[in-house]
Amino acid sequence: MLKLVKMCKSFGAVCVADEISFEVSKGQALGVIGPNGAGKSTLFNLITGNLPPDRGYIGFEEQDITRLPPMKRVRMGIGRSFQIPQPFHRMTVFENLMVAAAFGRGLSEAEVIDDCVSILEQTEMVPRANVLAGQLSLLERKRLELARALATEPKLLLLDEIAGGLTEGECQKLIATIRGIHRTGVTIVWIEHVLHALTSVVDRLLVLDFGRVIGIGDPMSIMASKEVKEIYLGIDV
Amino acid sequence: MIWLETLIQGILLGGLYALFAAGLSLVFGIMRLVNLAHGDLIVVGAYMILIIVSILGINPFVATFIAAPGMFALGWLLQRFVLNRTLGDDILPPLLVTFGLSIALQNALLEGFSADSQRINAGALETASIPVGSLSIGIMPLLTFATAILVIFGLNQIIFRTALGRAFRATSDDPITASLMGIRPSSVFAIVTGLAMLVAIIAALYLGMRASFDPSIGPVRLIYAFEAVIIGGLGSLWGTLLGGIIIGVAQTFGAAINPEWQILAGHLAFLAVLLLRPRGLLPRAVD
Repeated sequence: MLKLVKMCKSFGAVCVADEISFEVSKGQALGVIGPNGAGKSTLFNLITGNLPPDRGYIGFEEQDITRLPPMKRVRMGIGRSFQIPQPFHRMTVFENLMVAAAFGRGLSEAEVIDDCVSILEQTEMVPRANVLAGQLSLLERKRLELARALATEPKLLLLDEIAGGLTEGECQKLIATIRGIHRTGVTIVWIEHVLHALTSVVDRLLVLDFGRVIGIGDPMSIMASKEVKEIYLGIDV
Repeated sequence: MIWLETLIQGILLGGLYALFAAGLSLVFGIMRLVNLAHGDLIVVGAYMILIIVSILGINPFVATFIAAPGMFALGWLLQRFVLNRTLGDDILPPLLVTFGLSIALQNALLEGFSADSQRINAGALETASIPVGSLSIGIMPLLTFATAILVIFGLNQIIFRTALGRAFRATSDDPITASLMGIRPSSVFAIVTGLAMLVAIIAALYLGMRASFDPSIGPVRLIYAFEAVIIGGLGSLWGTLLGGIIIGVAQTFGAAINPEWQILAGHLAFLAVLLLRPRGLLPRAVD
């Protein structure tokens, strides 16, 4: 479904993506881990099209999307939530969803209103529907991030540290929601520092360090590998 | 009684300033772009109406409808091919480009229409008035004011009640995130400037019917418009109307005391508001 081949991106002398290649097939959930500055968010920016790659190829559903602008990729079915929630602050929760649904799918507002309501229910945001997004709590903002990404009706959902900063209880609720989304057949690529959250959903793990893929495979064997242990030395696994 | 009449005149004059300023306010509110050529674009609109009126010999209101699509297209093209390229973290490029555009437009108009002042003939409407008690209120100022309210109401309906308006606000909030929702910020901005030029042609109609104009008056009109936008609070269209009214009232009272004080009084009112409420009277923008 998603295929990256030798993607490269540098900022000046700093290489943030060094020949990154991997594939995610339909219905899978892939976790992405790596220390801060490993190039995880850059990877998402390359997939969504917010950053142009220096070299390499990205394919989505057998089509070359390497040069497509972000809005075209959204319409093809690539949805994203941000690490730092970036809602449209001066719009209500519901309006945030409406914008994402109408423009992300190229439909009129009347056609997407029912879907927006069911996404609100799915993400437990119904009571906050008419609150300005700028007034939400952290958990609510994370939920809105997720809801807005869902409103674009993604086939591939990119989650960027959506569990970070939440309490254990909040985290469990969010995991349950994400599991529910995955069960409906949405392919997920999830960057996360909260490892137990990640491993309770994903089938495979990808480890990034200094812009390079240093391992990809099932979570158990990845976490057992020597290289990963070295990188995560001192980090509670 | 003379003071009441002055007050009403001032409020109605505020409607004209609000019309000048509404397009400016819209563009600034949504894309943080200060268009220094806005006044000159209004003058361009006035000449467009004048040409249509004199060639077809029709009513200026009808001529405005004919000119409107052209004006929208002008704004759309200007934003799409010129101003979008100037937007970024640096506020200087749009200022320089629109300043240059202002000078270019003035000189092009001078070349095409000479420096003679022109006027759009509105017939009997120009002097008609209705008596209210012992006062008489001019139909033209009343019409201007009503139009200003209608325009601002209409713009607010678009911004707060339609899918397009939500795209405006989403893009204004965060263009990068908006692009991930399937919105193309450059197209949204082009439509915004197109819309601002529709408001500009309406402002041009009243400018041309109420006073004479020549190619050089754009920047002077722009100053009042700026003052109205700033007093009202950046990003709020009703605030812009309020700002226009304050400038208008200050000017008519200034003129009533001494005709030489008209312009000065408007600027003093502007400074006074800035001193007391530096963020404007109805600020919407939080950042």
